[in-house]
Amino acid sequence: MSKKRYPRLFGILPFFGMLFLGGCKWTLLDPKGPIGLDERNLIITATLLMLLVVIPVIVMTALFAWKYRATNKAAKYTPDWNHSGKVEAGIWAVPLVLLIVLGTITYKSTHALDPYRPIESEVKPITIQVVALDWKWLFIYPDQGIATVNKIVFPANTPVNFRITSDSVMNSFFIPGLGGQIYAMAGMTTQLHFLASQPHEFDGISANYSGEGFTGMKFKAVATTQQDFDAWVSEVKKAPKQLDTAEYAALAKPSEKNPVELYSTYAPNLFQTIVDKYEGMKPGHVAHEGKEVAGMEGMDMGSHSAAGAEE
Amino acid sequence: MFGKLTLEAIPFHVPIVMVTLAVIALGGIALVGAITYFKKWSYLWTEWLTSVDHKKIGVMYVVVAMVMLIRGFADAIMMRSQLALAANGGEGYLPPEHYDQIFTAHGVIMIIFMAMPFFTGLMNLALPLQIGARDVAFPFLNSLSFWLLVSGVVLINLSLGVGEFARTGWVAYPPLSELGYSPGVGVDYYIWALQLSGIGTTLTGVNFLVTVLKMRTPGMKLMEMPIFTWTCTWANILIVASFPILTATLALLTVDRYLDFHIFTNELGGNPMMYVNLFWAWGHPEVYILVLPAFGVFSEVISTFSGKRLFGHVSMILASGCIAVLGFMVWLHHFFTMGSGASVNSFFGLATMLIAIPTGAKLFNWLFTIYQGRLRFTVPVLWTLGFMVTFAIGGMTGVLLAIPGADFVLHNSLFVVAHFHNVIIGGAVFGYIAGFGFWFPKAFGFTLNEKWGKRAFWFWLTGFYVAFMPLYALGFMGMTRRLNHSDNPDWTPYLYVAFFGAVLILCGIASQLIQLYVSIRDRDQNRDVTGDPWNGHTLEWQTSSPPPFYNFATLPKADELDAFLEAKRNGTAYNFPAKYSPIHMPNNTASGLVISAFLTVFGFAMIWHIFWLAAVGLIGAVGYFVIHAARDDQGYMVPAEEVARIEGERQQILAKANVAGVSKAPAHALEQV
Repeated sequence: MSKKRYPRLFGILPFFGMLFLGGCKWTLLDPKGPIGLDERNLIITATLLMLLVVIPVIVMTALFAWKYRATNKAAKYTPDWNHSGKVEAGIWAVPLVLLIVLGTITYKSTHALDPYRPIESEVKPITIQVVALDWKWLFIYPDQGIATVNKIVFPANTPVNFRITSDSVMNSFFIPGLGGQIYAMAGMTTQLHFLASQPHEFDGISANYSGEGFTGMKFKAVATTQQDFDAWVSEVKKAPKQLDTAEYAALAKPSEKNPVELYSTYAPNLFQTIVDKYEGMKPGHVAHEGKEVAGMEGMDMGSHSAAGAEE
Repeated sequence: MFGKLTLEAIPFHVPIVMVTLAVIALGGIALVGAITYFKKWSYLWTEWLTSVDHKKIGVMYVVVAMVMLIRGFADAIMMRSQLALAANGGEGYLPPEHYDQIFTAHGVIMIIFMAMPFFTGLMNLALPLQIGARDVAFPFLNSLSFWLLVSGVVLINLSLGVGEFARTGWVAYPPLSELGYSPGVGVDYYIWALQLSGIGTTLTGVNFLVTVLKMRTPGMKLMEMPIFTWTCTWANILIVASFPILTATLALLTVDRYLDFHIFTNELGGNPMMYVNLFWAWGHPEVYILVLPAFGVFSEVISTFSGKRLFGHVSMILASGCIAVLGFMVWLHHFFTMGSGASVNSFFGLATMLIAIPTGAKLFNWLFTIYQGRLRFTVPVLWTLGFMVTFAIGGMTGVLLAIPGADFVLHNSLFVVAHFHNVIIGGAVFGYIAGFGFWFPKAFGFTLNEKWGKRAFWFWLTGFYVAFMPLYALGFMGMTRRLNHSDNPDWTPYLYVAFFGAVLILCGIASQLIQLYVSIRDRDQNRDVTGDPWNGHTLEWQTSSPPPFYNFATLPKADELDAFLEAKRNGTAYNFPAKYSPIHMPNNTASGLVISAFLTVFGFAMIWHIFWLAAVGLIGAVGYFVIHAARDDQGYMVPAEEVARIEGERQQILAKANVAGVSKAPAHALEQV
């Protein structure tokens, strides 16, 4: 039976390799923006580097097990050989060298791909504020003065600055076709910066389980030309619905699989009001002190670095 | 009077649950009937339930682990079939309120109530024998630890029929797990089941640390302890350091839910992200608690069946230590996406990668143990080879996830699900099953059937790859975890394949059960007469299988590594002394069982807010403990004649089996009887 095992073990490898070859329908391997592209290249580079060690280990496992099988009396047998300075140095050195290379790549890429880093571009970026609700996404365009539910439209080749919070439990804001995700947390503002390099319709999801309606908490992210975007904005401005305080309160109640909604206006300073609801989250701030903090900036986790996680 | 508990808590309207309950009830009645019919109650009570013998406690741990493996697997195959049926926009058969409980229960059960007791059971069985001890340092505490685990098991299984389980995912992140978003009793079941069994685990950690420090046989130095004992010791250090974090975190969540505190709430100054940090400050070391003992099993198996000493014993101890220490410094890699900034993320990413160095060194050490050996392809060896290949892949995907830039797209996707199943099944579970086959003859005196063992292995191995490789792919296709249904046609074939993989694993589990049945049926042909069925290296193989309740009549000598191997070479392995001394042994006690029973009542009452009953449970537990502590029980002495009788029988059996080096029976020792 030992004879049969090796083909089967090797059979795993092409299956695994398939991951990197058949990438056509694979969203993460076919991103439509520079951030996603860098992240994909990072994944491929790191995987190939590690395969340099992993494949030999798998091959050695098979070869050694076969060569030194008990029935092979021709093979050398050294029952007491259990130490060798040279071999042990090599044993520690091989993973060490690999990890030095990989660690360097990691350090550099972590800073380069920091989601808080704005995208360098000559085009003026647009800002979209994102609020995770049970179980839908509210988007606010502060510069355009409009708001939407479960759909965003933005011009391609223009940097998009997302400012993200939650008015409920924690979610994760994720457009797999564009690049990385970031948590949406109540009382905090997180950031994400993207650029779509071509017009395309993307799927957007919450990537952190948030309760019963989580599966349906999806949105569409549409990158268009600048003209189409302008046309869309003026269309939304004509929408009959307005997101005033009462309308927002109704919207914030739990609901599932919400249709796309368009709002021609929204309550002033809505995003900041939502962030400030959870005043206790601000570092150094004592809760119940009063409302004078309302004008303060939402907690910017970029400038506080780890503060958000620690406070 | 009954708090929140009413008859409506029993889900009469959910047919799946009711059928399950009916089957469990029938099985329970059959079991109770059989025990009564064969008049085994007093045997069960005196020999097992009240036993403080580490070997019997170990067996009971493994029994619990296997029962919970079946329960956890039932959850798994329900999830896989739901996702296969609910592809392409279908709804499947499990609505979210049920499905969300299932994936939460699956995670909790597999980690806390399957993997933990499996590891603890193997450690109980083998560790004291490996260091030549007669029992653990605190035998009663050991029994209490076991019964506290059973308390947790009882509570989590009660949630199936009375009320509901948490719908939060096994991490139970607030604010979702706070009263505002989870008003039901599900999270309370989660809290109390984990809390009780977690305290038991902490006690186990303390107990076994003291055991290795104080109970080693004369001559055994710390660095000469067998490798399995060493990896368990590192795991116990991690337990003692990390489980209190879990206990405290759950306590904080408890005061939030019961006393209107706001530690982890969104409102009033609470911070849910604090919980996330604390949870993983326990949760990440927990992963190494599971996998380090499995590494120890692989080391023992590969060196025994290669007929070679383990390559780089010191290197292995140090590598395990590095893994244990570094395991405490990497918790943030579970949430790079919280937005901590590039500097913090790169620190935790790099720290995580460092772990790959000692782990890689271990893989090479195993390879060089096989090198120039005489490898026998027994079932435990197959699990070990399967592990080495599978774990190399799982380790690679783990390092990939440790790169923050890659994690930003892979976080919380099915890629992550595939990764941790790859390391927990391919690392920990394969190791436990290997250890199960390896030490089974030591516990029961006969070896397991090889044919069914090999079938189980091949089903598990292929099943694992068929079930989880598609999940890696789905991760790249943007499928996130904990979805209830999907409508992306590209995903559908992969979900079907993954379901088929789960069916293959089911065949693997069935093969294991058949293996047990066949082995017990044919036990007379597979007797382990000598106590050393594999030509072992370490002291557990020096005593008989199963060992006498006192393990060793005279404490074995261990002047160097692989003490039993040395003794066999010197011809001193089976020396029987002319005279025996009386042996001091602890008395059996029902205290652990009774205290845990009271605490189970306490937990159940707290879950349902029946506070008078909670008081009864708590006072009962504390009171019974005081009574136990106050009584004067110094154990008992096994008379030298009794020892001589048991050892004389062993000597005759060994002589009959023509084992080399059995000393000639000193006639008067036998005549004394």
